[in-house]
Amino acid sequence: MQVELTVNGERRSDEVEPRMLLVHYLRDVCGLRAANVGCDTTSCGACTVLLNGESVKSCTVLVAQAAGQEVITTEGLASDGELHPVQRAFRAEHGLQCGFCTPGMVMAAIGLLAENPHPTEREVREGLEGNLCRCTGYHNIVRAVLAAAREADAEVTA
Amino acid sequence: MIPAPFDYVQAESAAHAIALLAEHGDDAKLLAGGHSLLPMMKLRLAAPEVLIDIARVPELAGITRDGDELVIGAATRHADLAGSALVRAQAPLLAHAASLVGDPQIRHRGTIGGSLAHADPAADLPMALVALGGSVQLSGPDGARAVAADDFFTGFFETALEPGELLTAVRVPCRPDAVWGYQKFVRRANDWAIVGVATIGGRIALANMGPVPLRARAAEDALAAGASPAEAARLAAEGTSPGEDIHADRGYREHLARVLTRRALDGEHS
Ligand SMILES: Cc1cc2nc3c(=O)[nH]c(=O)nc-3n(C[C@H](O)[C@H](O)[C@H](O)COP(=O)(O)OP(=O)(O)OC[C@H]3O[C@@H](n4cnc5c(N)ncnc54)[C@H](O)[C@@H]3O)c2cc1C
Ligand code: FES
Ligand code: FES
Repeated sequence: MQVELTVNGERRSDEVEPRMLLVHYLRDVCGLRAANVGCDTTSCGACTVLLNGESVKSCTVLVAQAAGQEVITTEGLASDGELHPVQRAFRAEHGLQCGFCTPGMVMAAIGLLAENPHPTEREVREGLEGNLCRCTGYHNIVRAVLAAAREADAEVTA
Repeated sequence: MIPAPFDYVQAESAAHAIALLAEHGDDAKLLAGGHSLLPMMKLRLAAPEVLIDIARVPELAGITRDGDELVIGAATRHADLAGSALVRAQAPLLAHAASLVGDPQIRHRGTIGGSLAHADPAADLPMALVALGGSVQLSGPDGARAVAADDFFTGFFETALEPGELLTAVRVPCRPDAVWGYQKFVRRANDWAIVGVATIGGRIALANMGPVPLRARAAEDALAAGASPAEAARLAAEGTSPGEDIHADRGYREHLARVLTRRALDGEHS
């Protein structure tokens, strides 16, 4: 079947099998390898991307279900060579160890902050409930998300 | 893991979905959020030849008030249910239950209709619907009918939905002021309840205490006869038949049902 959708701002039209999962489409057809397949069972969140601005697990979405809509992956975050504030915060707060969970964590965090720009620490932990870090680096990940929220506030007031 | 091949059709209306079901019969399955069906298809536990996508059918979306009931479109996602000001005001138990399903990503995809049709006895929304005494609207080639929550869940992952029928909407009574409680006992993030309890206004529903979401009738009767919440909660496991798994044996589940029912009757929300 033919699917048309927007990926990282680029309109695309591709011939795909109906059974193709969004994560395989992004990785194998679009060549975007940030979204990882960790568990393949909707548990780990390593495959998280934004669909119309909301976090989803792309191992459990058919590309057909995303037709006509807008997908953003970690590759689509930086603009003009500037990292996204959440990416900057992950770097500054050392919110990653091996990095496998990181693209999914960053996308889930961006989805969380879009819905709740001023989360408490508890809300960050609950908001990242769908993402596992097998290096167990949760502490710095939570710090990074809180720092990104503070930075966004500072930019608004500045 | 990749599902077996299938054809994908997007339904344009409820009538179109019903016509497609009639056309393809047993080979077809409805696809809503896909967060129960796709995992099963990836494991090849299900291999429908046609998927009829109903997630974007406009008439299956939306939450409205009709007299003293809320009418919730079947394709309403868990996140929209949890975030709805109307649901939070009129049926806070339901909004709370939706806010505890899985994790944010799952709540951005999964729908109330899919959750009820899937009928996992451990799931949140079936238990919430039974506690609230709601009903579902079903539509098929022979017309529409309403089925009460107590009659909808007929067996382990089985419902009163006939082949060819579509669940179009869910109705729940507005209960803005009723005291309610919700207890979901889990050991891991983004998981189903090991045991769940939802209570509102003298009704007590249990998750994962049998093949379907159950009413704790003995405890309800005791409450109606004037027993204290603590006394009634002692009867919460009567008439249940919980399964055993890696998380809990039968006796432990019965114990949880009693403890969680007492907490829920005290109005605690987990
Ligand atoms: C990792 C994980 C954790 C989860 N945790 C929880 C949890 O804690 N609590 C919980 O309650 N649930 C949980 N779920 C399940 C989740 O709530 C699903 O979204 C829900 O069970 C199914 O809804 P869906 O819209 O995704 O349905 P789908 O997967 O699209 O469909 C499920 C079934 O219902 C049928 N169907 C769908 N819509 C209709 C309709 N309108 N009429 C008739 N039949 C229909 C389909 O044909 C299919 O057989 C979890 C899921 C995952 C993957
Ligand atoms: S790979 Fe999608 S949730 Fe783990
Ligand atoms: S940094 Fe290694 S899995 Fe999270």
